[in-house]
Amino acid sequence: MSRFEYAPAPESRAIVDIKSSYGLFINGGFVEATDGKPFKTVSPSSEEVLAEVSEAGPADVDRAVRAARKAFDKVWAPMAGRDRAKYLFRIARLIQERSRELAVLESLDNGKPIRESRDVDIPLVAAHFFYYAGWADKLEYAGAGEDPQPLGVAGQIIPWNFPMLMLAWKIAPALAAGNTVVLKPAETTPLTALAFAEICQQADLPPGVVNIVTGAGRTGQALVEHPDVDKVAFTGSTEVGRAIAKAVAGSDKKVTLELGGKAANIVFEDAPIDQTIEGIVNGIFFNQGHVCCAGSRLLVQESVYDEVLARLKRRMSTLRVGDPLDKNTDIGAINSSAQLAKIRELSQIGEDEGAERWSPECELPAEGYWFPPTVFTGVSQAHRIAREEIFGPVLSVLTFRTPAEAVEKANNTPFGLSAGIWTDKGSRILWMANQLRAGVVWANTFNRFDPTSPFGGYKESGYGREGGRHGLEAYLAH
Amino acid sequence: MVWRPTLPTKDNNVRLEVRKTYKLYIGGAFPRSESGRSYVVNDAKGKFLANASQASRKDARDAVVAARKAFGGWSGKTAYNRGQVLYRIAEVMEGRHEQFTLEVAASEGLSASKARAVVDASIDRWVWYAGWADKLAQVVGSSNPVAGPYFDFSLPEATGVVAVLAPQDSSLLGLTSVIAPAIVSGNTVVAVSSYERPLPAVTLGEMMATSDLPGGVVNLLTGSASEIGPWLASHLDVNAIDLCGISDAEEARELEALAAENLKRVRRPAAEDWSESPGMSRLTQYLELKTVWHPIGV
Amino acid sequence: MDLWIARTPTAGIRIRLPSVTTLDSGVDSLADVTSSEDRLRRFLLGLPGVDQVGAEARAATLSTRSIKTTAKAYALDLAIRMIDLTTLEGQDTPGKVRALCAKAKRPDPADPSAPQVAAVCVYPDLVATAKHELRGSGINVASVATAFPSGRSSLAIKVQDTKDAVAAGADEVDMVIDRGAFLSGRYGLVFDEITAIREAAGDAHLKVILETGELVTYDNVRRASWLAMLAGADFIKTSTGKVSPAATLPVTLIMLEAVRDYHETTGLHIGVKPAGGIRTAKDAIKYLVTVNETAGPDWLDPELFRFGASSLLNDLLMQRTKLATGHYPGPDYFTLD
Repeated sequence: MSRFEYAPAPESRAIVDIKSSYGLFINGGFVEATDGKPFKTVSPSSEEVLAEVSEAGPADVDRAVRAARKAFDKVWAPMAGRDRAKYLFRIARLIQERSRELAVLESLDNGKPIRESRDVDIPLVAAHFFYYAGWADKLEYAGAGEDPQPLGVAGQIIPWNFPMLMLAWKIAPALAAGNTVVLKPAETTPLTALAFAEICQQADLPPGVVNIVTGAGRTGQALVEHPDVDKVAFTGSTEVGRAIAKAVAGSDKKVTLELGGKAANIVFEDAPIDQTIEGIVNGIFFNQGHVCCAGSRLLVQESVYDEVLARLKRRMSTLRVGDPLDKNTDIGAINSSAQLAKIRELSQIGEDEGAERWSPECELPAEGYWFPPTVFTGVSQAHRIAREEIFGPVLSVLTFRTPAEAVEKANNTPFGLSAGIWTDKGSRILWMANQLRAGVVWANTFNRFDPTSPFGGYKESGYGREGGRHGLEAYLAH
Repeated sequence: MVWRPTLPTKDNNVRLEVRKTYKLYIGGAFPRSESGRSYVVNDAKGKFLANASQASRKDARDAVVAARKAFGGWSGKTAYNRGQVLYRIAEVMEGRHEQFTLEVAASEGLSASKARAVVDASIDRWVWYAGWADKLAQVVGSSNPVAGPYFDFSLPEATGVVAVLAPQDSSLLGLTSVIAPAIVSGNTVVAVSSYERPLPAVTLGEMMATSDLPGGVVNLLTGSASEIGPWLASHLDVNAIDLCGISDAEEARELEALAAENLKRVRRPAAEDWSESPGMSRLTQYLELKTVWHPIGV
Repeated sequence: MDLWIARTPTAGIRIRLPSVTTLDSGVDSLADVTSSEDRLRRFLLGLPGVDQVGAEARAATLSTRSIKTTAKAYALDLAIRMIDLTTLEGQDTPGKVRALCAKAKRPDPADPSAPQVAAVCVYPDLVATAKHELRGSGINVASVATAFPSGRSSLAIKVQDTKDAVAAGADEVDMVIDRGAFLSGRYGLVFDEITAIREAAGDAHLKVILETGELVTYDNVRRASWLAMLAGADFIKTSTGKVSPAATLPVTLIMLEAVRDYHETTGLHIGVKPAGGIRTAKDAIKYLVTVNETAGPDWLDPELFRFGASSLLNDLLMQRTKLATGHYPGPDYFTLD
């Protein structure tokens, strides 16, 4: 070897025990689906079938909601907050104890690099349960009145980009507040949710408090429309969020929606340049760009455009694309063939519309779903790749001249989930943060998450907040 | 014998009353409806009170434009300043107490003393909400102790343009109770008044125009919520809608479904007692929470 | 520049011209930068800021790289070849230095395939001893100089210190900058001292020790790195090893960014040497990963990257043996010199 080439460093799969098939988790046990067709979940990095998973039909969803209702009425809501807290603390600890297994399982099923599932997703999952566990016996201090009450049964639908983290964002506050849940994981990433069902069993969580129904849109629709669901919480596309908002119209259901985004990541000429480049890379290539709050629109001040682009491209050339279980992988597999097709289509549109496409040289594996880290330059606000959420490792670069122009361009979108600001000038950071119409503003950092920190969007990025005290309020009647 | 009023003649000193034209209030001005329509407003006993402008979808459109235009300036004012402006509304209302009392009494069929109490309560409500302006951020914001070297805080901000289909029964206190919580945090409002009892709303607009409230922050349309509501509910530049003036459940459902198109924040109709202390729920309904992160380092 | 000349025996600024003519514009602008103290100050203060949290996060991410099997074997040997095997103690004796030189030449008596280190680093008075011991080995002798480690002496003494070391045969001179001058903003003074030592060192390789533990902020590390490069350093070095913290990964990251950017501008390759506190093979490999992914593979060479270390060598040798034999070795099997 004449060069320093990193040898493969795969995390062992031996730690996970994937069953050949999974039932639905209803009322504390795994049960057969009665009216759905089983489907397969594949590893997006190899197209290997990992397991067969049950599809919950309306009758199964009904069973799950009834179990949740019973558990709500008889056990969970009447239970002392301190005891609900202890169950959640138990769950948090079990997640920590099984963290490596969960990380491997997540990377296998989702395609994300083990470095991220190990260092970001699963630690945050445990942290969320730990944080909300502590709220369970302090609800009267949560800002929802002196005697806040749970809403009842929560129907929760989560996406495939952070399967277990989104589960935690949904289940932890719901349970802390005294609700019971029926959760539907995404059809391409059900395995960690099913592992979580086992964790509920290990924690001796009373039956029916958490129910996991696997399936696709039909299952989700049955859950949203079920008349005995009191609260709907959804994370996913704006399109589906809109359909859910329509479906619950006229009902008494409370809703929180965490939807799409097209965040501007704004770089000023006085930015701390090396950290800015890292922030740009982290903003769009973290989790293959499958991030609703991804910094997918890079707005660069014209005076530093050439320098930023050159540095960004150089940095992109060091990104390692490949086996998600390799500990040195930076960019894993695209989650599904459908998502890959969408990324390819929008990238082609970008080229057709005249934007210039660039990717570093990188060898993509033959099997599985892959897309190289890509940057489009010469993009204007009128381009579709500057307006539509690509949800992949594709960055659109635009320029601006003044802070006001940056704000105008950043806000010129129906979305409003997140934004980034890079400058060494404190007063400018605060001015920009004031002006940007987005629920999360990262200044001189990007894609940071914490259970104490409320997260959610403006405008068509949805409503309601997850995380912090505010995330708890979404599950309390007030 | 039929009673006839004494007609003014050159000699008898009888004065002919100057009647008021009730118009819309849009962007700080008082246009008639662009449609040229008006409708008859009777008092609670069915006696003619006035012709009110009957706002059209185009008036609603113009009102949304005015509200959007006013949003940046109004939401950008300091909370202290917005509080002062709301308090000034209460002050100016106090000076017009008599006029409001007469209109509320006529519109809602209340005795003079009950109408006076309603006006008192309305003025007091402005005062109550005025005081909230510079407290909201402290009550609903937070500093978030994240597990890392970051300063992380969350602040409430106004949602944007709020469409309000105002209560049909309570023409002044109800109207106040749905507009004030929206604007105190920096939202701007397009409100459709009670259809049958629009006069206090028009007077409120006239009063606002002479207070310190910038034009466009509140836009008042008289007319039918059922006619204008769908245009506001489906308007993509409206960020939130309060359906409290809609009593028909199916109509409310349709409006909520229309509002879903751009994910408007929807306040569903519910039984309301306007005389009760309003609490914070309407205040927080039209707030977004913005979380800001910054590293802490040397 | 008049101000500096007054204080500097070897007047003038030594900007080494790049060998690559295509990069002329960058060099022109840098020549301009050093034409007066005021311009130098404006240039250094105008360098992009460093966000501490972001820089440390980047270093932490690089630390998660998992270097296994063939890559590890390569990295361990490379790290050994990059070591400046160092003894800088008041109790140093010719005997101690002789032992160290023996170790430098043949780090693992049990395994002749173990490579030699890059250099042996000693105080000036022991240079001759080291030089004698290492003759014909290809291993350089590096000497600290300039009133190491504090640098608190007159320029005349620093210059003489350097000349003594070079006269005794030092191939490399590790000088310290005047941190007091740097922290009080007297960049011209620091610059002039480096150019003076550069001159005194003659053909010896000049490593400029920034003592980053006393500069404290990454902004200062970046400025000091540029200042040293502009003044003619062949290497920029983190620390004396006498101040805590000594070398850290984020500090080295910032310095690697500086040499990378300097190369972009001038075409010149400047070396980087973290020194002090790097004791394990695991740590050393993190540094190599950081070099690889920051300055690039060009710097994975003892000509451009060194470790100032002593105990690190044995850990590298132990890991090397583990990799070769498959068994964990014990410290008793490696020589302590």
